[in-house]
Amino acid sequence: MDEQDISLALQQQVLDAFQNKTPLAITGGGSKSFLGRTAVHAQPIDISKHRGIVEYDPCELVLTARSGTPLQEIEAALAEAGQMLAFEPPHFGDSATLGGTIACALSGPRRPYSGSARDFVLGCQMLNGRGEILRFGGQVMKNVAGYDVSRLMAGTYGTLGILLETSLKVLPRPAASITVASECSAAEAIASMSGLLGKPYPVDGACYHGDRCYVRISGSAQAVKEARTRIAGDVVADAEKFWHALREHELPFFRHPSLSGKARLYRIMVKPATPPLSIEGSWLLDWGGAQRWLRSDEDIATLRRRVELAGGHVTVFRGGDRDEEIFQPLSGPLLTIHQRLKASFDPKNIFNRGRLYADL
Amino acid sequence: MPHNRKNDVALNIGLLRALRSLLPPESVLVDAEDMRPFECDGLAVYRQLPMVVVLPETIEQVQCIMRLCHAQQVPVVARGAGTGLSGGALPLADGVLLSLAKFKRILSIDPHNAMATVQPGVRNLAISEAVATYGMYYAPDPSSQIACTIGGNVAENSGGVHCLKYGLTVHNILMLKVVTMEGDLLTIGAETLDSPGYDLLALMTGSEGMLGIIVEVTVKLLAKPERAQVVLAAFDDVVKAGEAVGSIIAAGIIPAGLEMMDNLAIQAAEDFVHAGYPRDAEAILLCELDGTHAEVSEYIATVRKILTGSGATEVRTAVDEAERQLFWKGRKSAFPAVGRISPDYYCMDGTIPRRQLPHVLRRISEMSAEYGLAVANVFHAGDGNLHPLILFDANKPGELERTEEYGRRILQLCVEVGGTITGEHGVGIEKIDQMCLQFNNTELAQFHAVKAAFDPSGLLNPGKAVPTLPRCAEFGAMHVHHGKLSHPELERF
Repeated sequence: MDEQDISLALQQQVLDAFQNKTPLAITGGGSKSFLGRTAVHAQPIDISKHRGIVEYDPCELVLTARSGTPLQEIEAALAEAGQMLAFEPPHFGDSATLGGTIACALSGPRRPYSGSARDFVLGCQMLNGRGEILRFGGQVMKNVAGYDVSRLMAGTYGTLGILLETSLKVLPRPAASITVASECSAAEAIASMSGLLGKPYPVDGACYHGDRCYVRISGSAQAVKEARTRIAGDVVADAEKFWHALREHELPFFRHPSLSGKARLYRIMVKPATPPLSIEGSWLLDWGGAQRWLRSDEDIATLRRRVELAGGHVTVFRGGDRDEEIFQPLSGPLLTIHQRLKASFDPKNIFNRGRLYADL
Repeated sequence: MPHNRKNDVALNIGLLRALRSLLPPESVLVDAEDMRPFECDGLAVYRQLPMVVVLPETIEQVQCIMRLCHAQQVPVVARGAGTGLSGGALPLADGVLLSLAKFKRILSIDPHNAMATVQPGVRNLAISEAVATYGMYYAPDPSSQIACTIGGNVAENSGGVHCLKYGLTVHNILMLKVVTMEGDLLTIGAETLDSPGYDLLALMTGSEGMLGIIVEVTVKLLAKPERAQVVLAAFDDVVKAGEAVGSIIAAGIIPAGLEMMDNLAIQAAEDFVHAGYPRDAEAILLCELDGTHAEVSEYIATVRKILTGSGATEVRTAVDEAERQLFWKGRKSAFPAVGRISPDYYCMDGTIPRRQLPHVLRRISEMSAEYGLAVANVFHAGDGNLHPLILFDANKPGELERTEEYGRRILQLCVEVGGTITGEHGVGIEKIDQMCLQFNNTELAQFHAVKAAFDPSGLLNPGKAVPTLPRCAEFGAMHVHHGKLSHPELERF
């Protein structure tokens, strides 16, 4: 048997935990341990040794890998075949694994234009809280047999089960890419970024940072050349570095000294054309205005009220009290469904208890 | 779980009285004649009159109906336009058929945020028509898009010929309003690109009316491509056509549409709409490229080169929009075209990894000889979704049964090569037994548990989409002669 396949050992650990009602904390590369709430104290279960690309045929546009596979290894294999993970996942560290990326449903700057991590999930193999190994979805693009459990798993922060293996749709890397930037106000940037949504140009990134609106154009050589004449702005040198730093939170904005003090980094989701919110703090707008980062001392309750009025929601991404609700609280009936779903996968509530919500 | 409602006449009358006090008289149908249009969906071999048909027009009415049915433990089946192909909207004799036909308003169009909010009874194509003035459209385009409604599209996770590039329904919606069996109104997803908590939007999409009644849908809109162009290529061998598909993708091109038809489908389509297809070809490929002007020109040149290099006997680019439409018309009318050359046909919907295409087509052709039934193949080649159309005559004794068995074996073959029993038509009642081939008992039990999280009393569309474990045991026993027992651990009865 493949020594990188430790699914049976993991299954045994879950069966024991089920028997003894032992809470488990699922860990991989540890690069995303700062996300989410403080889970209840639990016995770690390490999936990082369950690794390896199980299947990858570039012609099928599908890659299947075990959860512990380093994201770097997957991206290197894809790059060799001229392909990529089109949701451009942030790594937040060299140790990032596929499992953690899917469990946290993290997507990068390309998200509004190509889709999110969950959009590219085609199937999974998982361990539920009864220690059963289950397969959902598959390795094909279209599959409507059974409920879409594999996409449900994206963003559950390990609370429903342990992802063992995920199959993802992958895409060709664009042949060419260029970034243009122009100086403007936040309101102007929002208007121009949202205006691009109605244009058939091959835009795959748009953000507003440091009084400049950046637009990334990617596609065939001719498409990029043509779009360059239609989208205003100066060509940015070393643009790949900029988008990488944005994706990985390595821009000075995300490394500001105030974040080690009282300030928190908030992730604010609104409709992209929402005008600038008048909330005190420093802003960076990504995803064409749909995902806004705010560095602020403002308390979470006040902030949530203001953002809710604009139809959005808030996550405390970095800093603050990780024992409070980090993610936007759910309405009563929705929370009930979440709790019942959690119980249906994990009846003894052993997985990552409290990591997503206190009551989950 | 099987539903065992006591068939109590007094209870039915009580429910009827309550429904009539809730809805205007013309919105509660009980006469067989009035209910006839609701007895089946697009899969007309299954027919059943419900106990009553209701046609609410407000969300509050839907909530009241659900509370009533929940209180009286009466099952409910939701229905959109009834164009589904797997019997998902087949009524229950002791159940309420809840039609969403009156929910047909477009509630808002927001071009700045690239979204529109519509009621579930709005037709798929009507959304694109309504937003065309902004240069936008709604991408998923199932072949029934003139008639099918968005609520049904969500329930079935419908695709279309453009889904390799633009995704399925699940990739193109943002938010749903859903009424549960208990009558609660839930907002699932958000107007923002993601929403807090579990991705219930993914779970709800394609759930075939088993988890909730969809009463409002917010869809994502896309900018209409500046230009679309289609290339037609003919091949003297289906294997070469299949390889050409792989080569296009390997070249880093994602076509907007990539369709394949075999000889019988070509002939039938050509006779029907005169699309200009080469009749003697063993297979044709239709490859559509879209994007900006320069982008399409560049891709067309590359694709033509690849097709010629793959051994195409002919490569033609549509000269104008009219010819492009004509090329597509042939493909889009393939099903009715086959309907003209045979008294009946049965459409299958498996998906396979594309590399398995030559093997699968060979097996289908061998089985065609074995069963003495002709088959025409239409293939969404880009995403591996195969539609073999089995030609038969229901008036000939035993032919329907032979057709169904042939169809089952095709689906079994799809699962064996790593594919699935349904790419886009759904499980419904039609493929409920084949679910036992694709999923084991623990997986099916997990599905039932997921349903119970939304619908603890099991009253929403019971008996569809997910088979009970005893049903799979019986199915396994019935089909033991075709291979190994699928559930050897279960008792047989």
